Amino acid sequence: MKVELRSIHKYFGPVHANNNISLTILPGTIQGIVGENGAGKSTLMKILSGFIQADEGEILLDDQVITIHSPSDALKRGIGMLHQDPLDFPPMKVIDNLLIGQEGGLFPNKRKVAADIKKLANQFGFSIDTEAYVEGLTVGERQQLEIIRLLWMGARILILDEPTTGISASQKEKLFETLTRLASEGMIVIFVSHKLEEIETLCHRAAVFRGGLLVGEAIQPYHTDDLVRLMFGKPMELGSRLGCHSEENVVEIHNLEIEDPRLHIRDVDLDVKAGEVIGLAGMEGSGQRLFLRALGGLLATTGRTKLLVKGHDLTHEPYSSYLKTGVAYVPADRMEEGLIPGLTLKEHFILTGDTKKLFIDQEESLHRTKVKISEFNIKGRPDSYVEELSGGNQQRALLALLNEPLSLVLLEHPSRGLDLESTIWLWEKLKERCKTGTAVIFISSDLEQILHYSDRILVFFGGKVSKPMLAAETNVDQLGQLIGGKGFVN
Amino acid sequence: MKSGSRWYRFGIQVAAVVLALVFTSIILLIAKAQPLEAYKNILVGSFSSIEAITNVIVVWIPLLLASAGALVTFTAGLWNIGIEGQITLGAISTTLVLRLLQHSDVSPAIIIFLAVLSGFIGGALWAALAGALKTYGGVNEIFGGLGLNFVATAMTIWLIFGPWKRPGIGSMSGTEPFANTLWLPTIPGLRLSWWSLLIGILALVLVYVLLSNTHFGLKLKAVGKNRKAASVFGIPTSNFMMSAFLICGGLAGLAGALQVLAVYHRLIPSISSGYGYLGLMVGMLINYQAIWAAPVAFFFAALNFGSIQLPIVMKLDSSLSGVLQGALVLFVLMMDGVRKRFEKKA
Ligand SMILES: Nc1ncnc2c1ncn2[C@@H]1O[C@H](COP(=O)(O)OP(=O)(O)OP(=O)(O)O)[C@@H](O)[C@H]1O
Ligand SMILES: [Mg+2]
Repeated sequence: MKVELRSIHKYFGPVHANNNISLTILPGTIQGIVGENGAGKSTLMKILSGFIQADEGEILLDDQVITIHSPSDALKRGIGMLHQDPLDFPPMKVIDNLLIGQEGGLFPNKRKVAADIKKLANQFGFSIDTEAYVEGLTVGERQQLEIIRLLWMGARILILDEPTTGISASQKEKLFETLTRLASEGMIVIFVSHKLEEIETLCHRAAVFRGGLLVGEAIQPYHTDDLVRLMFGKPMELGSRLGCHSEENVVEIHNLEIEDPRLHIRDVDLDVKAGEVIGLAGMEGSGQRLFLRALGGLLATTGRTKLLVKGHDLTHEPYSSYLKTGVAYVPADRMEEGLIPGLTLKEHFILTGDTKKLFIDQEESLHRTKVKISEFNIKGRPDSYVEELSGGNQQRALLALLNEPLSLVLLEHPSRGLDLESTIWLWEKLKERCKTGTAVIFISSDLEQILHYSDRILVFFGGKVSKPMLAAETNVDQLGQLIGGKGFVN
Repeated sequence: MKSGSRWYRFGIQVAAVVLALVFTSIILLIAKAQPLEAYKNILVGSFSSIEAITNVIVVWIPLLLASAGALVTFTAGLWNIGIEGQITLGAISTTLVLRLLQHSDVSPAIIIFLAVLSGFIGGALWAALAGALKTYGGVNEIFGGLGLNFVATAMTIWLIFGPWKRPGIGSMSGTEPFANTLWLPTIPGLRLSWWSLLIGILALVLVYVLLSNTHFGLKLKAVGKNRKAASVFGIPTSNFMMSAFLICGGLAGLAGALQVLAVYHRLIPSISSGYGYLGLMVGMLINYQAIWAAPVAFFFAALNFGSIQLPIVMKLDSSLSGVLQGALVLFVLMMDGVRKRFEKKA
């Protein structure tokens, strides 16, 4: 199947999100799409997959002009999209989630569907438990589920909008193998990503977006610097580690124990110094998220756990005490836990400001919102609803909502959805906080990032936790081995 | 296409109203009645005289209170279907205080004040029950509310035919009327009480200010839109949901209190008269925006009062107003859905 987009335009009020985009993709191609946050990538993908309609322009499938009315319409034509923020129906079982999208029989054959899905998942080395609840799955697992679901529904053109931000290196490897194989069978894969090395290893071609325009195309072999220059108009360089020299403990963790139906974490001891950055590595679901949530007061610990922040014993305290002590948690699931769809940016800033007074000071909050919007370079207005922001801008909003001062910031995949420039900028922001004594603990599936910005690293494997390692004395290979479970005792 | 414009939205709303009228007309034709004749009678019934208009206002007051309450719970993402029972419990609590104090030396003004207060508390506590079932027991508020509505009705009947029955024999016409010193004063010759009207309007204004201008209101909205994120923001979501129930129940209880003090002067079996459900409908119809509650509730009140004429004049059941109100809600919601689909395309 061949796809052709001709002169696509899309406006959101005053925003020209897609400006005269024309792009042809031949069968068997893995087409990369790159560009800064808010460039219009997701918009174009949503148009192709029927979630929204273009204002002008044509879509051609195998030289036939078609109109796509809805996602199910797109899927009938073989176009399936994996969203930046997985859309599904959380409070139900995986199997029921799959059956919902299926057409036909009043009484679906659950057992056959489950078997089909298992088989498909096995082919790609994914493990999917059809009886599990979607709610309990990690972002990475949900993405795998979505891919399998789309393939199972007969997608021949697979659109993946930033699929790799929540998954581990080995899962990513599997995913890339899968995509390469699908392309070799004649399918089209459209792959949106901010990570240039992914585009370089995976994609046959890449289209670069900027400010709603398609500003250039590149084919293998790529020159990274050229891509970066096309994307941002200038070359970029990663910042460096701040390096922590403080002796003061901000966080003291003794005998930390967490029990979860799937994992049991035990006997973790760790002191975190003021201004220190600690990276948590490991495969999705190895316990790093539980660990982070426990430190944030969002998950109860068990046993003899003792948790002190700035000398305050928070072990059995409610979440509100964590907030009071200056512990902040930035979740990965932006639309579910981080932001409140249906509220505007301004309303978010009001909620995180001082809410003790009865009445809202509209003017003050408008002013504060404007300051934050420009300081964090969010593409949006005070009265934009958060669900209207592009993925990267939602992430910026999430970070802009953090109060000052803080003793400890906990971040799940902080650069998820951020373009290169914004990632660098994000770490500059975090480093500023470190300088004032804030400790940072973050989860990332990007080992480079972990090595680059952490002072120390903890690796998680099946609920076991490694001894803290100095990032400066560790390399990607060592980390990779540990993540895979090699070198863990008992 | 600039589909989001105000006029476009307004046009869609008008279309919904027209569709609802067409739908109701068809029902009327099936019932072998003249639709225009029926609508004319409703209008005449509601607006032909000062007396009629004040009577519409008498219906408007409890509806205002119920709608204002519904708005609070809607904002918290809750379907407080139990408003009906909360009105009833307000009425019962008010009656209780009146019965206890009617022969005492306490001055009537203070008795009335205590009775109103007691109505507020009674409604709030009944709502707290539904709220506790929801927040701590995990019982969906729709089921909890529905169950409590039944209990409230049963309780009224039991009181009227049991402990509070009229001297001699209990009757469906309710308890023994109170002495008119214990009535809320009405405008001479009319059924309308300035006090009730004041309470009704004040309640709506307070709710409007609460929801649009206070931190409490915004937090409530956050809880309603995304409970998980709201709790990560540090909002104690259970407390907020309980507060929403308490406020809504309190307002519903006030409605019940006013029905006893200013309208019926006694407890009657159907004291809540469906205002709870109507209040929810008003809330849905105005898409949870407080500013529209007053006119829409007034329109509903006019329909309700106007259609009382129908059985007499046209031998039609007065439930016609219910058909029209239900149809309105359905068509407005439907047209809203159509608009959203349309806008996505555009
Ligand atoms: N539903 C919407 N309503 C209003 N504006 C929107 C809507 N969807 C997208 N936009 C705006 O359109 C522009 C392009 O957004 P889009 O989501 O396509 O960006 P993107 O390239 O995917 O960015 P990112 O890398 O951050 O995900 C942004 O300025 C965004 O705010
Ligand atoms: Mg995007």
